[in-house]
Amino acid sequence: MSTPALAMRVVEANARGYRRVWKGTAVTAFLNPVLFLLAMGHGLGSMVQQGVGSVTYIAFIAPGLLATTAMQTAAVEATWPIMAGIKWQKTYDGALATPVGTGDLVSGTLIWIAMRTAMACLVFALVSGIMQAADLTRMLLAVPAGILTGLAFAAPLMAFTAVAKNENRLSSIFRFAIVPMFLFSGTFFPVTQLPGGLQPIAYATPLWHGVDLVRSITLGVSSSTPAITHVVYLVALALVGWWVATKTFRKTLVV
Amino acid sequence: MQTQAIRTAPLVTARGLTKRFDQLVAVDEIDFDIAPSEAFGFLGPNGAGKTSTMRMIAGVSPVTSGTLRVLGLDPAKQGSELRARLGVVPQQDTLDTELTVYENLYIYGRYFGLSGAVLRERVDELLDFVQLSDRRDSIVDPLSGGMKRRLTIARGLINQPDLLILDEPTTGLDPQARHALWDRLYRLKQQGVTLIITTHYMDEAEQLCDRLVVMDKAKIAAEGSPAELIAEYSTREVVELRFAPGEQEAALQQLDGLAARIEELPDRVLLYTGNGDQTTNDVADRGVHPEAMVVRRSTLEDVFLKLTGRTLVE
Repeated sequence: MSTPALAMRVVEANARGYRRVWKGTAVTAFLNPVLFLLAMGHGLGSMVQQGVGSVTYIAFIAPGLLATTAMQTAAVEATWPIMAGIKWQKTYDGALATPVGTGDLVSGTLIWIAMRTAMACLVFALVSGIMQAADLTRMLLAVPAGILTGLAFAAPLMAFTAVAKNENRLSSIFRFAIVPMFLFSGTFFPVTQLPGGLQPIAYATPLWHGVDLVRSITLGVSSSTPAITHVVYLVALALVGWWVATKTFRKTLVV
Repeated sequence: MQTQAIRTAPLVTARGLTKRFDQLVAVDEIDFDIAPSEAFGFLGPNGAGKTSTMRMIAGVSPVTSGTLRVLGLDPAKQGSELRARLGVVPQQDTLDTELTVYENLYIYGRYFGLSGAVLRERVDELLDFVQLSDRRDSIVDPLSGGMKRRLTIARGLINQPDLLILDEPTTGLDPQARHALWDRLYRLKQQGVTLIITTHYMDEAEQLCDRLVVMDKAKIAAEGSPAELIAEYSTREVVELRFAPGEQEAALQQLDGLAARIEELPDRVLLYTGNGDQTTNDVADRGVHPEAMVVRRSTLEDVFLKLTGRTLVE
């Protein structure tokens, strides 16, 4: 029994479970981009006449929002459902009584989160293309960068959730990491606008790397940082997170 | 302590099996063999080490020391291979309560790599077997405890296991649900499925188990068939005496020497004896007149309480 085959069974189980809730998430996936592009892009953007750099404000934030969509989708999927599987419903205990092992559980869940992130990014790309906030083809080309951004969040968050004491720890992650990154990692304004002391922190966040990578693909703007740097950073984060998650899952579930 | 010769190679063999959690020794160097087609019980108070032993056999909890072979496999090295051939009914149902009855079984079957065609047929067979066919498309969440338990048993059978492991299968169920479950387990036994059951219900153990071990404080306190254990650790019959308030103390002194063993409980006195009627007469001869006097057969519960004590275990 090969491990990739077992991981795919975990993917399938997630997909079958998702069929029951997909309508709710699909509405959110369409509505959120529309609302954000209208409010921030058109509403706020109308007051930013000079645009950002060489592009309009809405064109500046659209790629950023694709990256934040990836981050949020992946972060949600890598926290609450994981805690449900480990603590609340203990469905992972059920799965681990089958040929599936903790490594398969981690890999399969990550693949599933990548798929969920891909769906959310695709919808975002479509909406932003239809609303003419961005070039549709380029946005679609940036979807893989969105998936990578999602994985760079999902893997470490899964590793964390497996050993998190309770759901308050998860809320704290959103309050003190996800939301600040959403606001200050270059999505709505360039990091150069931040006070000098805060800039290095913003540059170090995975979201900034994601935003800048997506932006360089969609706008063709050559950022000061080469795309390969972003890719290496995000891949490294995803791989380290995946490796740690296999350890923390084992620590919590195999006792 | 081998009480029955095992003619065929055992399905499960444990030697010096030990499980330690940090400082706590949950299972302390226990030995046992479980034969094919046997219904084998682990009895014991809470915290005696039953569940830890179960989880090691099921290949989901690493063995701290000692050897354990299940179906000839080493759970530490061949866990995935082993689990493919086991059915597990854990203490907690671990069902996905947001999905339907059918989906729970189907998804679980896919974990074993069973094809959709096989599962479509088998899931309906199993639902029929556990009498849940009419709830096939219900969401699990609102089902009763008994229904969830039966669903978990069906789930444990999805891969047609060689060995079914049930951890307290009827805890928290009402009498109807318990009997329905026993009936299903009895049928499985007749089909030749090897069962391993933990329970703290003595009637359950007497009904279902061919052989059992009583665990206490991480060790095996006794091993044998229910009848053997009763013969070895209790007398054939028990005379129960109930007295008017305040009279028990005085009567107790007069009963001295009347039975093989006399146990005083707050509300009654138990006389363990080979011949209940004779003892009843002896009691009357000594001029003791309890409010009520009952002769009953010794049960596994008497054995259990003798071996593990009456002190509350939390």
